[in-house]
Amino acid sequence: MSENPENAVEFRDVGFQIGAAKILDRLNLEIRRGEILVLLGESGCGKTTTLKLINRLIEPTSGEVLVDGRRTIEWDAIRLRRRTGYVLQEAGLFPHFTVAENVALVPRLENRDAAETNRKVLQLLEMVGLDAAKFANRMPHELSGGQRQRVGVARALAANPDLLLLDEPFGALDALTRVGLQKEFAGLVRELGKTAVFVTHDLHEAFILGTRICLMDKGTIAFLGTPPQFRKSELPLVKNYLETIAN
Amino acid sequence: MSLLEFLKQNWAELLVLTREHLVLVLVSTALAVSIGVPLGVLLTRRKSLQTPVLGIANILQTVPSLALFGLLIPLPLVGGIGAKTAVIALTVYSFLPVIRNTVTGILSVDAKTREAAVAMGMTDRQILRMIELPLAAPVILTGIRVAVVIAVGVATVAAAVGAGGLGTYIFRGLRQNDNNLLLAGALSSALLALFCDFALGQFEKSFDYKTRAANPRRKYVAAGALALVLAIFGLGFISNFESRIPSTIADQTIRVGSKDFTESVILAEILAQMLEKRGLAVERRFELGGNLAHDALVSNNLDVYPEYTGTAYTAILKHPPVTDTTRVYDETKREYAEKFDLLISPPLGFSNDFAILVRGAQARENGLRTISDAVPLARGWQAGFGQDFMSRADGYQGFAKAYGFDFARQPREMDLSLTYRALAAGQVDIIAGNSTDGLIAALDLFQLADDKKYFPPYQAVYIARRDRAEILREPFEKLNDAVSTDEMRRLNYAVDGEKLTPKQAAENWLKAKGL
Repeated sequence: MSENPENAVEFRDVGFQIGAAKILDRLNLEIRRGEILVLLGESGCGKTTTLKLINRLIEPTSGEVLVDGRRTIEWDAIRLRRRTGYVLQEAGLFPHFTVAENVALVPRLENRDAAETNRKVLQLLEMVGLDAAKFANRMPHELSGGQRQRVGVARALAANPDLLLLDEPFGALDALTRVGLQKEFAGLVRELGKTAVFVTHDLHEAFILGTRICLMDKGTIAFLGTPPQFRKSELPLVKNYLETIAN
Repeated sequence: MSLLEFLKQNWAELLVLTREHLVLVLVSTALAVSIGVPLGVLLTRRKSLQTPVLGIANILQTVPSLALFGLLIPLPLVGGIGAKTAVIALTVYSFLPVIRNTVTGILSVDAKTREAAVAMGMTDRQILRMIELPLAAPVILTGIRVAVVIAVGVATVAAAVGAGGLGTYIFRGLRQNDNNLLLAGALSSALLALFCDFALGQFEKSFDYKTRAANPRRKYVAAGALALVLAIFGLGFISNFESRIPSTIADQTIRVGSKDFTESVILAEILAQMLEKRGLAVERRFELGGNLAHDALVSNNLDVYPEYTGTAYTAILKHPPVTDTTRVYDETKREYAEKFDLLISPPLGFSNDFAILVRGAQARENGLRTISDAVPLARGWQAGFGQDFMSRADGYQGFAKAYGFDFARQPREMDLSLTYRALAAGQVDIIAGNSTDGLIAALDLFQLADDKKYFPPYQAVYIARRDRAEILREPFEKLNDAVSTDEMRRLNYAVDGEKLTPKQAAENWLKAKGL
């Protein structure tokens, strides 16, 4: 088994089941450094499960997941998660922390220098398009949905991870806010040279963000390729998807 | 005397009692929180323990407080009488709201928030400390607030096991038929509960993150309120613990107890003062309810207390009632020595028999003199008896049978001291009081003669631990036949009617007797 140093993440024959229910079935997938891989699919297709296997929020019931060439079950789970940025739907901000405290969480857990962290937090807030002076000391419930999502992204970037995992981060936003954020985010990730795995059920989003699109169906990969390849695919499932945006 | 005058005269004592009350509540709440919160956290980690642990806490809280105090007395380590037992009982009552709210508070933290914390790479401890506990804090504090309010209420019962507190006034007020005492005790504890509730409520608000950024000043208000509560608690704590919980029970210290009625307190006070005049240190553990004094004596939490031969013979030794005075005394003395290794003093002179009482006016109208005279009239009467009289072997059952009483209505079972009031107020028509009670004259009640000699004799004596025999021999001899029934009635009236303290009444009597 050769290891390709270009792969940030590798799934090898990965299965995941809860009781008798197979959520993932013999999944093989390589995620390359610097790409944005979009996991696309209906709810229940296994895309979020795939994401959670990467930072060991769950462990595979068969096969193995490698991060930086090392099996996730050999990683110290805490270390692995701290070096992986994670953004949840509706941001998942800590409601009793200020915006700045939310963003500073992982550096603080890692006991990084406080003054340095502070500077970094303000810089990150500006980077995700928030006026740091205005927002740093606000509480999450005082922000709009879009603003909360920007804070969520800033928090994921705070520890300067190479890998970002995003679970439908823009799913709950109104269409206008969503389109703006998608474009900004795509630009930001490319500019920073991060690897990102992005879960969505929205084909528009997949086209805007994805270097590659991985369409999942019933725990297996139905299609894997670039957006132009996706458009040309003759697969019935892909065609169904394309019809949804044609209308 | 108006309540205001009463407060003016007694504010110092009221403060001491309030402090004692607060100390009981503080110590028990602190214990309940320091055990209950970690236990609650454990229950959120081991869900299978939830049902059994919460179930047990639930059951514990339904045990009536006086029963719980009674159950604790004979136990080693946790038992005995005084502040310690009370604190343990109060802690038990405080557990449920603390544990339950800790569990509820933590489990109600949003699943998304928890997931985010795990995904950020927080350890379980960090999640608990930084996320779960702060977010659950308002709910946990609500539980603590409930626990404190419950404890303030239940602590009034602690007076029955000699732990002091505001209940002392309430029990004393009931016994002495004194509204000022009752009100002072009840109102103070109610105010205390309201105050604690308010102060903790303010503190709780400071944990609501929704107001955190909007109104930072609120934090100071809350901190101030909490500091005030702690300061008051602290005050009580410092000046009280030395006096209430003796650091060493030196051999020279005699622990004198009494039961929870005026006469018993006066007799205990007389003995205590005689011992103090001889230069001995005395620890007073007065106003113990039910058979607590006896249990305390047996379990070496008490050295001596006043008792009645008839009570010892029937209620403790469980013999059927006997009317021969000498036989009761001799047999009680012998069996106490054999069974409990306790000694009984020579009789004090008077007997405190059950007195069947009716209103004076009623007796005069119908020419009633003996209990037998009342039997034909009593069919339509409402009787009111103390719990003691209803339950003991020489009490209601045997009494009604011996005289052929046939009450149309079930006798009302109530607190003994309340039966006097109820009789005078016409709410009941016949009661069983004590023949030496000062209230008999004060409320114009009439004692019907026990013409069938049903009631066993209740000679007053002291019961003491054998290892105290040396120290107690002389005072026992001096008090032998020293108190007549008339004198005892006057002593009781001095306290119940003229509102002297038992201490003053005892002092006056000792002086007059030249003891």
